[in-house]
Amino acid sequence: MKFAIALYSPAHAPSSRRALQFAQAVLADGHEIVRLFFYQDGVHSASSNVVTPQDELDISAQWRAFVASNQLDGVVCIAAALRRGVLNEEEAERYSRPAANLAAPWDLSGLGQLHDAVQAADRLICFGGP
Amino acid sequence: MPKSLLIISRQSPWSGPSAREALDIALAGGAFDLPLGMLFLDDGVLQLMPSQNASQLQQKDITANLQALSMFGVEDLFACGASLAERGLLPAELNVEALQVLRHQEIATLIDRYDQVITI
Repeated sequence: MKFAIALYSPAHAPSSRRALQFAQAVLADGHEIVRLFFYQDGVHSASSNVVTPQDELDISAQWRAFVASNQLDGVVCIAAALRRGVLNEEEAERYSRPAANLAAPWDLSGLGQLHDAVQAADRLICFGGP
Repeated sequence: MPKSLLIISRQSPWSGPSAREALDIALAGGAFDLPLGMLFLDDGVLQLMPSQNASQLQQKDITANLQALSMFGVEDLFACGASLAERGLLPAELNVEALQVLRHQEIATLIDRYDQVITI
């Protein structure tokens, strides 16, 4: 089965960890993830500036490793990310901001990517919503 | 046949960016001519309140964007009747026209009718 996974919560929220575990289970069971789409506060789950105490799980690092090692399509909504200060090099330069905190394997892109994933997937599964 | 998507908007208009971000999903999908519906549920119905004064909160009003939904091809708009009643809102006074007010059972049927559902 083809899954699209949307996440609305930051790395410190339990729902970010649950989304990651769900995504891992999807692949472990031989299903496909057509896209991960991080929206709203979910953009913070993709930030490379999250620093977690040594005895706690670093969820944003785990997300990064998971997306990279499985060569997934990891999209962070650009409008939501700009609003919350999650920028890649290009956007940091465009808006004259002092630092970038989003890097590969993540891509910044628009909401069209969410709709595209909805069309391509058999199931859209959302985490961190109300 | 494109898959249909129901967007359920559950947050009040001024409690953060959620209302706008739910609306943005609808407007983006409308631009792609996708079959979309939007349901206002729980505090989400407060977005439909008439005479909001966003500038008092130094916020940008989203009413115009809500009213633009039909222009963007998002014509299937719904509100939960119980959510409206709990908040003292009358269906006749809402700021969006051509909105269908639904009972709980009708909402269950509505959700069933769509291929995918996203709740914000």
